[in-house]
Amino acid sequence: MTSYSVVVFPNKPVNNMQIVKNRKIFYTFSTILVVASIIVTGVFGLNYGIDFEGGSIMDVAYINERPDVELVKSSLTTNGFSGFSVRPSGDKDFIIRTPALTELDRQKLLVSLTAGGKWQVEQKEFNSIGPSLGSELKSKALVSIFAVLLVIILFIAFAFRKVSAPVSSWKYGSIAIACLLHNVILPVGAFALLGHYAGAEIDGLFVTALLVVLGFSVHDNIVVFDRVRENLRLNNEYNRKETFEETVGRSTSQTLTRSINTSLSALLSLFALYFFGSESTKWFSLALIIGIAAGTYSSIFIGSPLLVTVDRWQANSSNK
Amino acid sequence: MLKVRIGALLIILAGILLGLFVYYSEVHPEGRFGKWAFILGLDLKGGTHLVYEADTARVPSGDIESQMESLRQVIERRVNVFGVSEPLVQVEHAGILNGSRIERLIVELPGVTDIASAVAAIGETPTLEFKLLKIDADMAALQATSDTAQFMQNFEDTPLTGALLKKAVLEFDPNTQIPIVSLQFNDEGKKIFGDITKNNKGRYLGIFLDGALIELPVIRDEIPNGEAQISGGFTPETAKELVRNLNYGALPVPIELISTKTIGASLGEKAVNDTVKAGLIGFAVVSLFLILWYRLPGVIAVLALSIYSIIILTLFKLIPVTLTAAGLAAFILSIGMAVDANILIFERTKEELKKGKKLGEAMHEGFARAWPSIRDSNISSMLTAIILYWLGTSAVIKGFALVFFIGVAVSMFTAVTATRLFMYSLGFNLERRGGIIDFLFGSGFSK
Repeated sequence: MTSYSVVVFPNKPVNNMQIVKNRKIFYTFSTILVVASIIVTGVFGLNYGIDFEGGSIMDVAYINERPDVELVKSSLTTNGFSGFSVRPSGDKDFIIRTPALTELDRQKLLVSLTAGGKWQVEQKEFNSIGPSLGSELKSKALVSIFAVLLVIILFIAFAFRKVSAPVSSWKYGSIAIACLLHNVILPVGAFALLGHYAGAEIDGLFVTALLVVLGFSVHDNIVVFDRVRENLRLNNEYNRKETFEETVGRSTSQTLTRSINTSLSALLSLFALYFFGSESTKWFSLALIIGIAAGTYSSIFIGSPLLVTVDRWQANSSNK
Repeated sequence: MLKVRIGALLIILAGILLGLFVYYSEVHPEGRFGKWAFILGLDLKGGTHLVYEADTARVPSGDIESQMESLRQVIERRVNVFGVSEPLVQVEHAGILNGSRIERLIVELPGVTDIASAVAAIGETPTLEFKLLKIDADMAALQATSDTAQFMQNFEDTPLTGALLKKAVLEFDPNTQIPIVSLQFNDEGKKIFGDITKNNKGRYLGIFLDGALIELPVIRDEIPNGEAQISGGFTPETAKELVRNLNYGALPVPIELISTKTIGASLGEKAVNDTVKAGLIGFAVVSLFLILWYRLPGVIAVLALSIYSIIILTLFKLIPVTLTAAGLAAFILSIGMAVDANILIFERTKEELKKGKKLGEAMHEGFARAWPSIRDSNISSMLTAIILYWLGTSAVIKGFALVFFIGVAVSMFTAVTATRLFMYSLGFNLERRGGIIDFLFGSGFSK
């Protein structure tokens, strides 16, 4: 029988410190991504779904051959429709978005899509939301994002209330919020881009994805901060001399595998959902994939190094 | 040790029993557990979802609730006439955020994809109104005009409407055999009708159905008994339909259709199949990852994850949760997230083993030290889920939030309690260190 021996990795301080040491690179990288996301969002704007803006969306399948987009568009125009968009989907479908339609208008739209009975169509899905309902949903979505952010700040401040030296507990909270903003801005930027080129929409599900990203990525921050908290306490107990930078570096590398493995398993199930799941949750899972990846990255490469940076600022300002 | 093993055995046994329950209630819908089949939302089985906004501006605020309830009952009766299985009609109060109160009526018609006839059956309300012709109205000009607004200007509203009807009956004139509709007003209507007829003798009282004048009789005398007849040139069929609509239909509050959603049955079926496939693949991939990386504890985590999935599916049936594509997505995501607690524990245990601790001690430390992180992060997830559910803008999002919350709560149990019982019941010598223990409990690329 083979005998197994363990390889115990020696505590390599160099390894531990690499992330914290190179923090400027990671800050720059993230700043570039965040700025790019903001610019992209500013340039392309957000492509709101009908649940936020009101409007109607119809998914029709052409039973025989799907006609050319331009033909469908001109048929709609001649029938008095305006402000619509026609997007091919799958092999046989078109997705037509219009301002909110009444039931009569819907029937007219369906007839127009057949070009007077020339093409056979089947309505697979129809969704219409009045503009007043849309603006209500939009304001509710905004309120829920702020409510989640607020609850998370309060919760972190509460959970870390006993940590004060050298960085006070509300600073942990602020850093977590900075990370969370980063994690939310990146998917928004990505969806501004995808909205422009691939028709992705900002809808109720997208906001839900953002809220889940908030909840999930704050885990990552909490786990790292929790380890810093524990190491600070142990250092104190055993009277171990270690700079704050070293403590943070050690804590980050101790939780590194966990952070990566946890998001890896969440990402694995999300990829399964994206590639094999229902059409209606495709964009949703993509938003989650982007947000969770950003969240794991920021908790490791931004969150903990920021603790050190904040500590430095404090030291500098008190030395003056 | 025995206690731990019995506990572990009980959990596995419960898991198997619940698994059988989930299986049989799905596969044998006619069997004893058939009534616990999954409840699928409209997006998964196809159907029509309609949202109406009720105009309660003219209803005194104290009466809104009761008026909405009677509106709901009327619509429900109408939907039942339409012949849909398991329709859902519910009142929703919205607009809490901006202070103004908006009353909505949600109507769900599973299996109905013909919006036109659904909307017709619900929405084309016969509004029955009684309006007095103004005294100075010029009958000749009235007949000449084709402009509705101008036409209506010649009438003044009365408080008498179809809402005050007690019942309508189809009768036939004994002499001519022409169908007539007899109206019987309720007490309030009886009084109003009596007053109108008493005070306006000799004037014309226009009877409007859906805004169109159908009859213009002269008031000859006071009618105190609250009975009236309409003989507006009906065929037996139209009269019968009117009677049915008046009896089932006089809506207490006017409603307006503000949102429609229809999903074809084939699309729903495809969504179910795709989501189930994604769920199985997701579960398999996560399991494979856990076993390859965490070895023996990984196998245990997969066992805990299976029990987690079975408990969640059972809760879906028992609560019951209406499953939507977004809800199932939440479930699949929660499979990936439920292992977070396991990963935290295993990583910590491994770390303690590396420090040279005995297995028992390392496991104890692993659970104890991972717990604060698990607790804190799960609480933040549950808070998010509560806010989502509370402020959720649609059934889709509320469904997601509910599943997400249940998932996080159950995963705390399976990933911590169940995993701990399984680990301890394996019967390893807790005093040992090194050797095969380090391999089995090691992870990743280390030997």
